[in-house]
Parts: sequence; structure tokens; C-alpha cells
Amino acid sequence: MNILNLFVIIPVVTMAAILFTKDLRGARLVSAVGMGLQLIAAVVLIFSFFALRKAGDSAEFLFYSDVTWFESLNIHYAIGVDSIAVWMIGLASVVVFAGIFASWQMEYLSREFFISLILLATGVFGFFISLDLFTMFLFYEVAVIPMYLLIGIWGSGPKEYSAMKLTLMLMGGSALLIVGLLGLYFGSAQAGEVTFNLLELSRINFPVTMQRFFFPFLFVGFGILGALFPLHTWSPDGHASAPTAVSMLHAGVLMKLGGYGCFRVAMFLLPEAANEMAWIFLILTTISVVYGAFGAIWQKDLKYINAYSSVSHCGLVLFALLMMNQTAMDGAIIQMISHGLMTALFFALIGMIYSRTHTRNINEMGGLMKVMPFLAVAYMIAGFASLGLPGLSGFVAEMTVFIGSFQHQDLFHRVITIIATLSIVITAVYILRVVGKILLGELQNPEHQKLGDALWFEKLSLVLLILPIVAMGTLPLFLSNTILDALKPIVERLTAMI
Amino acid sequence: MRNELILAILALVILAAEIFTTAGNKHKIITWSAVLFAAATVAGFLPHPEGELFGGSYRTDQMTVVMKNILNLGVLIVFLQSFDWLQRKENHDKISEYFLLVITTLMGMDFMISSGDFLMMYIGLELATIPIAALAAFERFSSKSAEAGIKLILTSALSSGVLLFGLSFIYGTTGSIYYADIAPQVAVNPLQTLGFIFFTAGMAFKISLVPFHLWTADVYEGAPVNVTSYLSVISKGAASFTFLIILYKVFGELLAVWQPLLYTLALATMTIGNLFAMRQDNFKRFLAFSSIAQAGFILLGILQAGNLGSTSVVYFVLIYVFTNLAVFGVVSAVSHATGKENISDYKSFYLTNPRLSLTMLMGLFSLAGIPPVAGFFGKFFLFTSAASAGYYILVFIAVLNATISLYYYLKPVRAMFIDKTDTPIATFRTSLPTRISLVMCLAGIFLVGFMSIIYEFIHAASFGL
Repeated sequence: MNILNLFVIIPVVTMAAILFTKDLRGARLVSAVGMGLQLIAAVVLIFSFFALRKAGDSAEFLFYSDVTWFESLNIHYAIGVDSIAVWMIGLASVVVFAGIFASWQMEYLSREFFISLILLATGVFGFFISLDLFTMFLFYEVAVIPMYLLIGIWGSGPKEYSAMKLTLMLMGGSALLIVGLLGLYFGSAQAGEVTFNLLELSRINFPVTMQRFFFPFLFVGFGILGALFPLHTWSPDGHASAPTAVSMLHAGVLMKLGGYGCFRVAMFLLPEAANEMAWIFLILTTISVVYGAFGAIWQKDLKYINAYSSVSHCGLVLFALLMMNQTAMDGAIIQMISHGLMTALFFALIGMIYSRTHTRNINEMGGLMKVMPFLAVAYMIAGFASLGLPGLSGFVAEMTVFIGSFQHQDLFHRVITIIATLSIVITAVYILRVVGKILLGELQNPEHQKLGDALWFEKLSLVLLILPIVAMGTLPLFLSNTILDALKPIVERLTAMI
Repeated sequence: MRNELILAILALVILAAEIFTTAGNKHKIITWSAVLFAAATVAGFLPHPEGELFGGSYRTDQMTVVMKNILNLGVLIVFLQSFDWLQRKENHDKISEYFLLVITTLMGMDFMISSGDFLMMYIGLELATIPIAALAAFERFSSKSAEAGIKLILTSALSSGVLLFGLSFIYGTTGSIYYADIAPQVAVNPLQTLGFIFFTAGMAFKISLVPFHLWTADVYEGAPVNVTSYLSVISKGAASFTFLIILYKVFGELLAVWQPLLYTLALATMTIGNLFAMRQDNFKRFLAFSSIAQAGFILLGILQAGNLGSTSVVYFVLIYVFTNLAVFGVVSAVSHATGKENISDYKSFYLTNPRLSLTMLMGLFSLAGIPPVAGFFGKFFLFTSAASAGYYILVFIAVLNATISLYYYLKPVRAMFIDKTDTPIATFRTSLPTRISLVMCLAGIFLVGFMSIIYEFIHAASFGL
């Protein structure tokens, strides 16, 4: 059997098994075992994928398999991965597994919580393995909808409002997507039979007029999930109201679905329109990058700070993708993985700090380094990764992005690159401000003296996330090279048009 | 013809049973009728001959059999859900009437679907409508129920009149009432276009398309829950089927007229249905407007005018039967157990009745078209068929409408799962028939989407212009 099927089967079986548990202890144990197996499967996948590549299998997508589903509509269940998808699956498994441990003490309706969380994960994994756009879209929506319940039931603050806003905006995005996907589907009739298969679609050169019509639908549709300005407003509210594990998963993985879809579907399949319209979206993403960073400066709530920084960082992903050269796109993918890990780490830490101090307002905390050194150090690592300190993953990602972007010779690209680079400085401002305010200095609230440091499951969750961040920062070459391999066909298709 | 004959026999058997059972044994009629009807439903799936009867006024083919089976399944579920209600004391003296009336209307719908001329279609339509008015007014001592009956009978009389008026134009210009004779003579000329538009208006009343929808909410609210579910699922499904068949088989030449017409109707129906559904608190009114919006989506399939269109419409109605009846099943169970029918009564429902809430959740998600439940597939294929005719803008507006609909479909979800109250609906046990019906609905909601074989089966029977 194809190993990729495991990534859908394991979560489904886990969800079914949770139904038979009685309480929190059972539910979290089953989830941890299930997602642990998932993580192992992901590691096995990574090793076997690169073993195959080394053995000289140069097919664009490995582990390809294809089962006809709706025959008369030519809809298939087609799966396969290239190295980008493999890394994304790896990222998702780590974040989900860490997320389970971050919600180790979820008392209220615990079974339902873990089932919804894993349902969300199923959607994410299914999305990354799909090569048929119908199944891809199906999994995309599967990943979006549990968010409503997760935020609405287990969230905090104005949770109903945030949950509804997030759901409606993301579903509005899929409204755009459906139109774009159907456009591709019926557009493919020019090459014979209509199809949703990504590989077959990528061999077709669609007429430019058709590309111009459908590209905005697809790019904006996925872009909403990638927090494209001005459609990012669901993100700060949603992330701030969501429970810890959900923020981790959502900012860490789900937002990557947007970026992934943007280049894999919108730009790859409609390259001419992508080249023509890139400048519009480049301006929007530049605004995302800078605006998100400025937004973070003004916030007092830790989660809002991180949510705005996500807008900025995810904006950078789209920004780099739209630069459409090998280096910048390579950087974009690294940024996706790096941001996924560090933002998950951030949200996990914020959740842990909040569960102790019961406040997320940075003005009410100070000197936490003295009472919870482990959490504080982890927070600093996350912060340094976020502001791009060499040695951690953020540096590799941003450096590659900006070098790639500056390779363009023309004024427009150089100017917006320079503007986007400003975000590094602004990021440093808000990260260091928070670190200084809540971790360093004198203990502000004497009540906090009694608080304890991280428990074993929290440490496990944090270490799991920190390890790959450091690994990526110190040994980025392998990752970068494999991503470049997978990007080759995409970049070729995009640059052939110029 | 077999299906109609079985239904006729069933109706007569129930009538005889009503005469010969003593007052103490009346409640047994409920079980027996349901069991016999289940047998009739199963018999519908046996191989069926194709052909014509009565000189072409009645015809049957693969597709009509599929359609009738879908309606049978739906009615079976409705019957199972009405056990609790019929066992109430005030309904004891009219149990067999309920079954009799429902089965008669179902027979009428079968004749509509199988009709080969406008006369048969009209007789079927009347047979399918007039007894429903009696059903809507079933609760004799409730003024709302009586109001619903009167409203239904008046609007259907008017719509039948409009429809007949349109048909008279068609008859006058072609000299025939047989579909097969009319179809080649239909052309875009003022008289026939006018006749067609009147015909469409008449059908639009039955399917409750905007702007002919004004009776829907009041009738749905006033009628007993189980009658409402019958109206919103079976009656609407049958009318859509008939409309589809006649448009494709008779008015194919008027494609240039009815595509823009349906385009406009679909836009108005989806949008207005959705906007009004947002403000409802009474569950039955809520579902009334939601069913109006869903009818708008059905038009997207009809619009395509090909095999893809007819397949997606039938497939969507099949899913809609399971989906809407799942929601109605829960509403009816709650209404019979507690008398509460408002969305705001459902606060904290999950904490007291988790299984019913989950059933409702699945039903609402399926109505909203959220994967992995079947409603997603139904809606997606409707969008696909509209897109295949090039109506991308319409598809976009439709999907936006689906997003808006998510807003109000999530309202009961929010009430059940998120909102807290000190006085939730108490935990109660549902009766066995209700449970069977809900399991059937859930099975349909989960399986019909994934099992592509069902879609392919309908596709094999489909027809186009």
C-alpha cells in the first residue's frame, strides 16, 4: 500500500478510537499515540523519499497513485509528493504532535476537542498529498471548518465573533477557489478530456484570456488563507481567540496551505497571468509584510502580537513566491517551514504562560525569567528565530528571500524589496520589546513568584519544535537543495513565459 | 406503473384497515403502514420494465424509477419520524388519514414524474397538492395549522390556474397535449414564450422560487413538523424533477428563453432565501427559507441543459432528502418531547443530548455544503454543471451565497455547542422509529457522497437536451 494513504488513515482511525475513550486521560493518550505514529510515518516518508531520489527516481512526484473516483466526471483520488510536500508533511506532523501535548490538560469536552483537532490535521495532511484538485479542495475545506467549533467552544475572549469571522472569510476564499478550479477543469477540455489532475493540467498551456480571468480567483482564494492584505483580518482575531493548540496548528500549518496552494495551483498552472499580475499582488504582500510588523508593535496582548507577526511573515512567503525566481521561491518555502515551527512554538509558549499568569497583557508581566527559566529561554529562542538571528531558521529563510528578490534588476522589484526589508528592523523592535518587558527585569507581580516552570509534557512539546528550528538554522543546505529540485519545473514554467 | 399500483393498493389496504380495526387497536395501523411502506420502498428497487402506457400519457424509464425511489425513501423516513406525533391522543382518530393522504400525494407525484402529456401531469399535480392542504391543516384545534392549510390551498389553486393558462397557449399553438408531439413544434415565438413563462410561474409556486415563495414560510410554520418536512423535501423534490423533465423534453427549443429566465430566478431565490433565513428564530421558518435557498441551487443544475445537469439535480435531491430529513428528524423529536421549536431553545443542547446534536450538526453541515459530508458533493456537482455551461459569475455568486448560508446554518450549531444556559432542553430518549430514521439519514449523509457508484448510477440513467 502507498505510504501516503497512512496520512489520512491514521488520523481517521485515531478519531474513531477517541470515540471509545471515556475521559481526558484516555483521549489525550490515544491522540498522542496516533499522532506519534503519524510523526513516525512522516519521518519514514522523508527518509524513503530521499532514498528513492538518491536511487535516481527523478519523477516529478513520487509515491504516485491514482484511483478513479467519479468516473463520468473524471475525478480521481490521486496522491503523490515532491520534496516540498514531504517537508510540509513533516512540518505538519511535528506541529500536530506538539499541539497534542500543548493541550494535555484540556478538561472541558476533551474527547470532542481532540477529535476536532485531529479532523483539522486530516484536512491538512490530505491537502499536501493530493494531486487531484477536487480532493485537494475537499481536504482544504475539511481543514477549515473544524476551526469554527474549536474556536467557538474552547476559545477565549470574543470567541463567537472571531470564530464566525474566520469561518466566513475562509469560506469566502473557497468561493473564489471553486470558480477558479472549475475554470481550470473545463479549460482542460482543450487537451482532450476534462481533468482535475494537477500533473495533466500542468502540461496544458491555457489561453491567456482565460488565465487572466481565473488567476485572481485562485490566487486570492488561496491568498486569503495566506493572510493576503487586505483580507487578513480574520487572522489576528481568530488566532487570539483560539485555544493554544489550535493557534499553533492554524498559524503553523493551516496558513501554509494558502501559500502552498498559491504556487502549486495558481502560479504553476496559470504562469502567464501570474507574470502579468504579479505586480499587483507584490504591492499587496509588501503592505502585508510591513503593515503586519507595524501592527504587532501596537499590540499589548501576546497573542495579537504574534498573530500580526504571522501576517507579516506569511506575507513574506507570498511576496517571495511572487518574485518568481529560484532563490526567492526557495526562500519562500523555507520561510513557510521556519515560520510554521516558530509560530507554533510562540503560541505554545503563550498558552503555557497564560495558563500560569492568567493574563496575556504584556504590561502586567515582568521578570518571568526568574520564575520560569525554561519557558523564558524557549521564548527567547522563538523570538530570535522570528527576528532572523543567524543560527536559527528565520535567518536562513529571510536571507534567501531577500537575496532572491534583489536579483531582479528593475527598479520596481528593488524598491519593494527594500521596503519589505524594513520589516526585519520592525520585527526586532516588537520581539525585543516583549522579551525585555515580560522576561527580563524585576518580577513585576509578586503573585507570579509562586508560579512553576514547564511540566514534562510542555517541555516535550517545546523541545520538539525547537530542535528543527535549530537544525534548519545550522544545516540549511540539504533542505534548500531538495526544495530547489522540486521548484525546478515550477520556475521553468514561470520563467519560460517572460 | 408498478410503483403507483403498489401505492394504490397500499392506500386501499389502509382504508380497509381503518374500517375494520377497533378503536383500541388504531395505533397498530402506524406500525403496519410503515412496515408495508418499507416493503413497497424495497420493491421499488427491483428491476423495472421501461415503456409507455395509455397511448403515451404515461411513460417510465430508468430515470423516473430512480426519482420515484428517492421519493419513496424520503417518505419512508418521514413516516418513521411521525410515529411519536401520531401516537398522541389527539391524533388517535385520524392515524390512517395521515397515511392515506401522504400515500395519495406520493402517487400524484409519481404520476407527475412519469407523465407523457400535460393532462396526466396536471392530474398528478392536483393529486399531489390538494391532500397536502388537508395535511397542513391536520391539527384541527390549532389556528396556525388551519391558516397553513388555507394558505396552501389558495396559493396552489392560483398557481394551478396560472399553469393551466400557460398550457392553454401551448395547446393552442401546437394542437396537442402530448410531450412528444409538442416538442418538435415548440419555437421561440411570442405566444409560446408567453405560455412557457406562465407555465414556469406555476411550477415556481410549487418549488417555491422567489418571487413565488411568499406562502412557504407561513405554511411551513403552521403545519405540523412532519408535514412540513414532507412538504419541504418530497413535494419540492418531485416538483423539481417534473420541472426538469418537462424543460428538457418539451421546451428544449426554448433554451434561449429559459436559460436567462432560470439564471435570474436562481439568483433571486438563493439570495433572498438566504437573507431572510438569517433573521429567523423559529426552526420551521428557518428551514423554510433555507429550503427556498436550496431550491435556488437546484436551478443551477437545471440550467445546464445536459446530462451533467440532470444528474446533478437528481443527485442533489437525493442528498437533500437525507440531509433535510436529518435536521427535521431532530426538530420533530425535540418538538414532540418538549414542544420547543425555536433555535434559542437549543442552547446547551449538546450537553444534554449529544447524539441528537451531532445528528443535527451533520445535517446542518451537509445543508451548508461542508465536506466530508454528502452536501458538499451535491453542491459541488451543481456548481460544476453550471460552470460547464459557462456561467462562472453565477457560480461565484452561488458559492458566495453558500458562504452566507453558512452564517445561519452555524446559528443552531452555536446554540447547541457554544451558548450556555441554565435551562437546557432536558435529556430525553427518542423512540426506536425516530432513531432508525436518523440512522438512515446519517448513513445517507456519510455514504452518498463518498460512494461514487451512486452518482455513476444516476449518470447512467440521465438525459439531456
